[in-house]
Amino acid sequence: MNAAMNQGAALAPGNIVPGAAPPRLSVEQATYAYAATDRSAPNFSLSPTTFQARRQEIVAVLGPNASGKSTLLRLAAGVIAPLSGRIEIDGVNLSDLDLRTRAQRIALVQQESELLFPLRVWEFVLQGRYPYGRRLRFESAKDSLLAGNALSQVGADALAGRWMNELSGGEKQRVILARALAQEPALLLLDEPTQHLDVGGKVELLRRLRKLADEHRYTVLVVTHELDLAAEFSDRIILLHKGKCLRVGTPGEVYDRDLLQEVFEAPLDVDIRPNGRPRVTLRGNE
Amino acid sequence: MAIAIENEIRGMHTLTARRVVGVCAILLAVLFVAVVISLRMGAFPLSIRDILATLVNGLLGRSARVPSEFALVVFGLRLPRIALGILVGASLATAGAGFQALLRNPLADPYVLGVSSGAAVGAILSIIFIPHVPGAIQAAAFIGAVITIAAVFFLGRRGGQLDSATLLLAGIVAASFLSAGIMFLMTTLPGRDLRGMAFWLMGDLSSPPPTQNVRGWFGFLFVLFAVAAGAIYLTASDLNLILTGEKEAQHLGVNVRRVKLVVYVCASALTGLAVSVSGAIGYVGLLVPHAMRMLFGNDYRLLIPTSVLGGAIAVVVADTLARTVVAPTELPVGAMTALAGAPLFIYLLRRRVR
Repeated sequence: MNAAMNQGAALAPGNIVPGAAPPRLSVEQATYAYAATDRSAPNFSLSPTTFQARRQEIVAVLGPNASGKSTLLRLAAGVIAPLSGRIEIDGVNLSDLDLRTRAQRIALVQQESELLFPLRVWEFVLQGRYPYGRRLRFESAKDSLLAGNALSQVGADALAGRWMNELSGGEKQRVILARALAQEPALLLLDEPTQHLDVGGKVELLRRLRKLADEHRYTVLVVTHELDLAAEFSDRIILLHKGKCLRVGTPGEVYDRDLLQEVFEAPLDVDIRPNGRPRVTLRGNE
Repeated sequence: MAIAIENEIRGMHTLTARRVVGVCAILLAVLFVAVVISLRMGAFPLSIRDILATLVNGLLGRSARVPSEFALVVFGLRLPRIALGILVGASLATAGAGFQALLRNPLADPYVLGVSSGAAVGAILSIIFIPHVPGAIQAAAFIGAVITIAAVFFLGRRGGQLDSATLLLAGIVAASFLSAGIMFLMTTLPGRDLRGMAFWLMGDLSSPPPTQNVRGWFGFLFVLFAVAAGAIYLTASDLNLILTGEKEAQHLGVNVRRVKLVVYVCASALTGLAVSVSGAIGYVGLLVPHAMRMLFGNDYRLLIPTSVLGGAIAVVVADTLARTVVAPTELPVGAMTALAGAPLFIYLLRRRVR
């Protein structure tokens, strides 16, 4: 394990391109710890983690349960502040941004709370325009236009007039993504977006994210359990295990058979497909 | 223009300030009609024409043109009671809409949560211990409301989360406990009869203003109401997002903590205000916002002003019925609101459980 960790540390500095504009998202030696009370020992801690994400990049955060994936995402979202280290978006320290400015730069897509009062799809998507309004402002024509565009970008125009609680899992996921796009963020964070989707839905969602990153210059950070989809669609992988960042790099660099087997505690094979991207298969009892 | 047509096709009718003003104008007209009808009802017969003439001349300061008995009945007897009803209804409905967002619970209401009873206990304690201090009843009712909602909040938590069923049970238990407390306290008050008890337990609008300066008194109450309801209205956009989910609202840039504090303090103040002048009138805070949701949707930018006006209409109508259906005696207005509100509460509860 130590060997793997050192390797990760050695790979990390290679991500920095000298002389270029500041990366969209820069996480430098960020740490965090959860504890039940202020005085008790932490139940979980995230060791110093460093990585960058640039424009048009999809970065996938992989790791088994309780490896610190969601913690890393929450740090990047600014929901929690790192105990030490720095997190910057476009060169600005995340903790220096007020809530609204942060919401104009970063959109977070996660499992939604249950809706207690019925809401139409377009009303939900228009909520994404909140960070741009002031008190009691009524939505402008521009807000409606951007909300409409966001729905188009996720292929959900036809859903605009529907009730949120009548949507299927896949439709709801698209609408939630549309609300995030209506925020016009620079950084799009997704917490296990494929969780309740079938295979077709998963592929469709990742294709869409790829397209959004390529055509609309979003930077996408996605937490997922889908090893193959991550290998296929992401530019960079962050592999976490028990709160430690083991490796950061391209799928080819991170998908090492021994490393993956150790981390996921499962017999896995890794081979390279014709397009150069790795593929992971589960080995049966041989 | 093209955008508007496009949105029309998509079915996206966004809420505009114009729609808010339009809907409120309609409700204001309904309130006016309710007020005129209420002015007409009673032992002393008045025609609609007499009422309108009295109102217009009175408001224009031409009191000489109005027969003195008309002026006495309209401005001296019936209008103060109607004004009190407007104030109480508007306060309770706004507080109810606020609590529903704050607790993310469609069944929240100052009465169901026990807040009204807590405010009543505070008010009675102030009558016993510091009588004759101006504003003391309002302040004590506010403190009683704040303490009760804090206790119900605390008791309604399960595993660190606010649980709808636990919260309602906590509210019901708090309400019955506090009602028993009110009964106990009432027995220690000299010269209060059973009717006085009904005032705190059921809600009643028949008690006269505590001072001779009726205008000043109403001015004071309406300013309090305007400040608290205005502060809640300023958070309307935030409440829309909080209703969708607190986490999500935070990510979208809402300062959830601050908004909740503002709504908590102001909704408690409105409850305290209403209870201090009318006792614990039930269900207005539940029934009115829900009726407004059904009519105009869940957007708080429209829901708060419509609840203000709807609450006023509801209590004016309920009080008119309360003092006329069994004339010459009167029912407490809370009995009327409970008659209409309890079945609606059951209906909402069942619809939610399904």
